[in-house]
Amino acid sequence: MSVTTTAALRAPEAAGRGRLKGLFEDERRLAFALLFPTMLLLGLFIAYPFVKGVMLSLTNAKVGEPGEWVGLANFAKIWNDAIFRTAVWNTFWYTAVTTVFKLALGLWLAVLLNRHFRGKAFVRAFILLPFIIPTVLSTFAWKWMFDPTFSVLNWSFYKLGLIGGRINWLGDPDLAMASVMIVNIWRGVPFYAISLLAGLQTISPELHEAAAIDGARPWQRFWHVTWPLLLPVTMVVVLFSVIQTFADFQLVYVLTGGGPANATHLFATYAYQIAIGTGLLSEGAAISLAMFPVLFLVVVVQLLYIRRVETR
Amino acid sequence: MIEGAVWRKWVFFYIPLAAFVFLLLFPFYWMIITAVRPDAELYRPWNAPNYAPFWTANPTLEHIRYLLEETLFSTWMLNTMIIALVSTLISLVCGVFAGYALARLNFPFAGGLGTGIFVTYLVPQTLLFIPLSDIVRNFRLGDTPWALILTYPTFLIPFCTWLMMGYFKAIPKELEECARIDGASRFKAMLYIILPIAVPGILSAGIFAFTLSWNEFIYALVFLSSPEQKTVPVGVTSELIRGDVFFWGPLMAGALLGSIPVALVYSFFVEHYVAGLTGSVKG
Amino acid sequence: MAQVVIRNLNKKFDEVHAVKDVNLDIRDKEFMVFVGPSGCGKTTTLRMIAGLESVTSGQILIGERVVNDLPPMDRDIAMVFQNYALYPHMSVYDNMAFGLKMRKFDREEIRRRVHEAADILGIRDYLHRKPRQLSGGQRQRVALGRAIVRHPQVFLFDEPLSNLDAKLRVQMRVELKKLHERLGTTAVYVTHDQVEAMTLGDRVVVMRDGVVQQVGEPLELYNRPANLFVAGFLGSPAMNFSRVRVAAANGGLRIENEGLRLAVPPPLAGRVGRYVGRELTFGIRPEDLRIATEADPRDLSFEAVVEVVERLGSETLLDLSVGADTMVAAVEPDAPARVRGRLRLAVNPERMHFFDPATETAV
Repeated sequence: MSVTTTAALRAPEAAGRGRLKGLFEDERRLAFALLFPTMLLLGLFIAYPFVKGVMLSLTNAKVGEPGEWVGLANFAKIWNDAIFRTAVWNTFWYTAVTTVFKLALGLWLAVLLNRHFRGKAFVRAFILLPFIIPTVLSTFAWKWMFDPTFSVLNWSFYKLGLIGGRINWLGDPDLAMASVMIVNIWRGVPFYAISLLAGLQTISPELHEAAAIDGARPWQRFWHVTWPLLLPVTMVVVLFSVIQTFADFQLVYVLTGGGPANATHLFATYAYQIAIGTGLLSEGAAISLAMFPVLFLVVVVQLLYIRRVETR
Repeated sequence: MIEGAVWRKWVFFYIPLAAFVFLLLFPFYWMIITAVRPDAELYRPWNAPNYAPFWTANPTLEHIRYLLEETLFSTWMLNTMIIALVSTLISLVCGVFAGYALARLNFPFAGGLGTGIFVTYLVPQTLLFIPLSDIVRNFRLGDTPWALILTYPTFLIPFCTWLMMGYFKAIPKELEECARIDGASRFKAMLYIILPIAVPGILSAGIFAFTLSWNEFIYALVFLSSPEQKTVPVGVTSELIRGDVFFWGPLMAGALLGSIPVALVYSFFVEHYVAGLTGSVKG
Repeated sequence: MAQVVIRNLNKKFDEVHAVKDVNLDIRDKEFMVFVGPSGCGKTTTLRMIAGLESVTSGQILIGERVVNDLPPMDRDIAMVFQNYALYPHMSVYDNMAFGLKMRKFDREEIRRRVHEAADILGIRDYLHRKPRQLSGGQRQRVALGRAIVRHPQVFLFDEPLSNLDAKLRVQMRVELKKLHERLGTTAVYVTHDQVEAMTLGDRVVVMRDGVVQQVGEPLELYNRPANLFVAGFLGSPAMNFSRVRVAAANGGLRIENEGLRLAVPPPLAGRVGRYVGRELTFGIRPEDLRIATEADPRDLSFEAVVEVVERLGSETLLDLSVGADTMVAAVEPDAPARVRGRLRLAVNPERMHFFDPATETAV
């Protein structure tokens, strides 16, 4: 503050400006001012909707009708809804399977990319394409590749002698979920690979050399040196991706729309169908809120893990 | 490192890598080839004898012409561009300010606020879209670009803040102390000394935020209804399909053209994008 | 215990020829130091011995075995890295035990060896700690311990002391020397610090641009450098060089330039005689100059102007200008020298060096 007063003494004409300046010389006021726009937007469009969502799920509101308080009736209703139960099972299964594959393949690709070879920068740039191209658009390419009549996949597998007849990728209830998973894995692998590659690059090559001299074979070097050092990054990437996958919407919406016969619904697509498709806002809100406990758990795990890593 | 025999290099390196590249890029090839293939070839069953999938003898621009002249595709492109740019800009300003405050200023509850913002970063759009659609309608923002311009920052700001915090923390405290002794106010020290140093971070955050907004789907699907207000992902999904009939040629042409802006931005700033991506998970 | 033999060793990285035709016999139990400026190929040579770089051509033998195509783990060597390369997620004990575990030693033996090494290095109390909880000196000891427990045939050191502060570096240097005397394992040590090279090495290899300049015991290199580079690289402050012309005078030889006019001592006259009428590079170390007395002959002394006086306590360094050249003299601590004063300095005739200006080799 004394800086401001002496400045004001030397330049009296700037006194008015000096007061405003002085206001933000205080660290707390400046911090408040800088954080205000963020807090406003997040409060208005995250915190408020969340509270509103909880309220909504406790009423029987429909589109255009405010509705009345019904307590936990919506939750009781979805609990007994067979499609909802399928969606719950689907979401867990979908998240688990794709995460395992994305991690394994992503790690493999990251290890491949961690070597020096010609055109490395090019390859790295190109393999990220599935991740950066808008999901809906690339998913349409897959839908076209899965088309029962015109499928290029069927043609290729047939010509390779792998199949005798056609595969109904999206039409068969069992296969449809697998097809959606394939697309999710396809889109997720580059993200895993590039993130894990960044993690790998922080591991000093000297450690591998030391381990090689210590007598560790390549696989042992990976297991005893690379993997434990990569674990913090891996944890963060996996938890992050689990949240995204668990709350996925676009892939299923485009590929199957939840069908055939509601066999591929996830939380989000079912909530959309109920709330927007049939207009039962409150029930839809209840369905998407049902995701919350799991997401909350993952976030807590992630926060605890980050804290542990930071304080270690 | 000592390399093994040549065949090992092929089996454990070149072949797997080539397989990855092929599988990851094939759908894009398929997108391109479909976009220029005439309908007669397009709707030939895969088990027909003259099915030749991987190339076309008669490439055509008909689908692209249809898309541009007989649909609202160029309007959707413009909408998406404006929405992505403005929401990215808002998010950058908010994220840079908030990141600066959280990383470099001492004030009560700084830790709690930081955690709070990190948590909102993890909130998926699908958790809130139903009450949010109600709120957007109540604010009379429904079916206008503002519905998206104001809501996209909710998932962009936390990410930008998080990324910028990392950059700001790495800049030595002495720099702005020196600037303040030289006569700059706190705000000016931030504006003229710290922000220029953090430009690579701001660029990374901006690129990443832009691609995220271009990619967003569910808010755009729920908040917008008239065809001329839609963004590319939603427009392509809802307007190029009539009932059960998919117009695959224009669809793929739309997917292709709709990807070009992000692909261009990405290709110019690969390193910044990757820095943003890896920064977004490492913090 | 083993010797290391290097024959016609070459290493090329794409365009860069990093190591050129190196030949060297490192004897059993010897402490061999590679010294040279950065980029001289010393580290590359060490890494080829370790098996971390492939050999472009030539041979490396450890013991009696050609090891060119053996992976590092099969060479029976241990290496201490510049940044220690301690595994950050393992305790000190596990760091030291890792190499033994990989080689499937039984637990009791691992325990015995780790404790033995920890006692030698005085790190017994830290065995359960993680590397990041240790100071630089302690980490250095752990890195040494990791090498010792293996009882390898050869120790390799890649600038192990360069990350320590000056005081600790001197201390660790002494400890390394003691350790080598106690264990007697053949050691190859790479450094850019000539003091480390002189004090640690049984013999020293001086390298430059991938070529070995000279191999020999430290004092041999110091007293009889094979060329201008070795002469200038070893010794601090560095040897003074001055371009002179050789002339015949009074039945003897004389070298002279703007500021110098010195007689060539008879033992050197034979070799210098070939340069009569031509130029030579004359070299004299700062400690081989002293302030002249009346008794010193005129043709073994020269006049100089004092530019800077640095009194170090143990000696005094004088920066002199001699004709067009500058020279440094290390004289007694209380030498009567004043800035801008004129002085006469005497040369120790037995320690004059001459180099061919074209080939830079010693005459």
